[in-house]
Amino acid sequence: MSNISTNGYKAGSNLERVLTKGYFAVTGELGPPKSQDAEVIRKKAALLKGAVDAINLTDNQTAIVRMSSIAAGVLLVREGLEPIIQMTCRDRNRLAMQADLLGACALGIKNVLCLTGDHQSFGNHPFAKNVHDVDSLQLVQIVKGLRDEGKFQCGEEIKGGGPRFFIGAAANPFGDPFEFRPYRLAKKVAAGADFIQTQLIYDIPRFREFMKRVVDLGLHEKVKILAGVGPLKSSGAAKYMRDQVPGMIVANEYVERMDAAVANIPKEDKKGRAAAWRDAGIKLCIEQIQQIREIPGVAGIHIMAIEWEEAVRPLVEGAGLLPRPVVD
Amino acid sequence: MIVAEQKPLAEIKEMLEDYRKVLVVGCGTCVTVCLAGGEKEVGILASALRMATKLNGHGVAMDEVTVQRQCEWEYIDPLRERLMNYDAILSLGCGVGVQTLAERFPGKRVLPGLNTKFMGLPTEQGIWEERCQACGDCILDLTGGICPIARCSKQLLNGPCGGSQNSKCEVSKETPCAWQLIWERMSSLGMLDRLMQVQPPKDWRTSRDGGPRRIIRDDLRLPEE
Repeated sequence: MSNISTNGYKAGSNLERVLTKGYFAVTGELGPPKSQDAEVIRKKAALLKGAVDAINLTDNQTAIVRMSSIAAGVLLVREGLEPIIQMTCRDRNRLAMQADLLGACALGIKNVLCLTGDHQSFGNHPFAKNVHDVDSLQLVQIVKGLRDEGKFQCGEEIKGGGPRFFIGAAANPFGDPFEFRPYRLAKKVAAGADFIQTQLIYDIPRFREFMKRVVDLGLHEKVKILAGVGPLKSSGAAKYMRDQVPGMIVANEYVERMDAAVANIPKEDKKGRAAAWRDAGIKLCIEQIQQIREIPGVAGIHIMAIEWEEAVRPLVEGAGLLPRPVVD
Repeated sequence: MIVAEQKPLAEIKEMLEDYRKVLVVGCGTCVTVCLAGGEKEVGILASALRMATKLNGHGVAMDEVTVQRQCEWEYIDPLRERLMNYDAILSLGCGVGVQTLAERFPGKRVLPGLNTKFMGLPTEQGIWEERCQACGDCILDLTGGICPIARCSKQLLNGPCGGSQNSKCEVSKETPCAWQLIWERMSSLGMLDRLMQVQPPKDWRTSRDGGPRRIIRDDLRLPEE
């Protein structure tokens, strides 16, 4: 069977090795372009290389058509980086998903993050039909079945064993009903999730409360939880996420800190304000990472700096998380 | 009930362009109750069309009839002779009613006057909401009588997505999150443990995905002659 080659690991990805050895993991995120331009991926990859253990590739993020996460992931593999391909349940049924997983494995991809997917009404094809043949939790089950039982969802055996992925799922401590969230995480663990990446955290007390419940359920011992962080680019970005993005909570403190960063810079000085915001955003994010590291049960961070990949290295460095470990 | 809404007048007018004598056929069941295609709506629409087509130069003669149920042969068969006098039938029944007429009277042009929306109920005066998608394998016992297939925008079977906030669905602030409702209902029933079980992928063969559906009840069928 193929697990001989994974040396006792489930999939043998770098992310799995780093987490298994007990290092505090760092993952990044890369949004594929709205075009077939491979150069975009290579440029962003160069910014992330060596700064993170693995990189998420979004799958038609916010329901906008982009280069596929698997294709972009293969480009990353060629650049010597490790992809985590995101896979949503919105655009594909179980046949297409399993076919893509076989292909992804054949092309050297070892991590997959199973997601529900934003509703298509947010994106650039709001008139599209959605699929949701399975939900994200059932997708986790399917990926686990492929790997651990060597079987397709229908029960049919895969000749020579199935594709081996380190299986991720998402958790949103800021969605409602809050009481359900730790249990939903427990269900994802029961379904077979190996790691969890959370929604962006801009409300640390609520995240702390969530993690307390997760630890009380003993889930942190069964799954590696990576806390989602991201640097704010401006006051406007903070307000937008606070007021407009479903399932997000942004504490006013963040908006105030971003406002304060440009308090003495005149509105006409757009460059000056943007630079001040960037510095403040990075500083604030480093503080967040340091606070989050202290929260019991957190095994790493997931940095979402979409369209601001330049921020990742200074963040990781500023948080004292460089160099990244090399695990055999 | 089946809930429907009348098509825009302009669209109906366009459909009728080539016809001079039209029978508007209402239905006395669901679409009467949801005030879209009953006797009253048939009357109002027929007058509106008479006026509109007159203004356009050529008047269309509109007659009206409402049957008790457009989706059963026995209620539409009595229309057979009368239909001979018309170029077209404008049905104010649901999609089933339109097709029942078209199937029974294959020589006649049957046109839809309504958009059939969903199976649901009036939650208050003037508001109707969807409740069932006819997936063919009811799971309401698992979810406290609230259907995530019909009421969750993503048909999730294992709990809310990350977009549920303040009890609302990410798709619209007007739409309650089905999983918030399920959580509250199961909590009040003291049955939250049921929600902790992982629901495996659903077998969609019983739904539309299995192809057009049919029920055969041998116990009810008439003996062959």
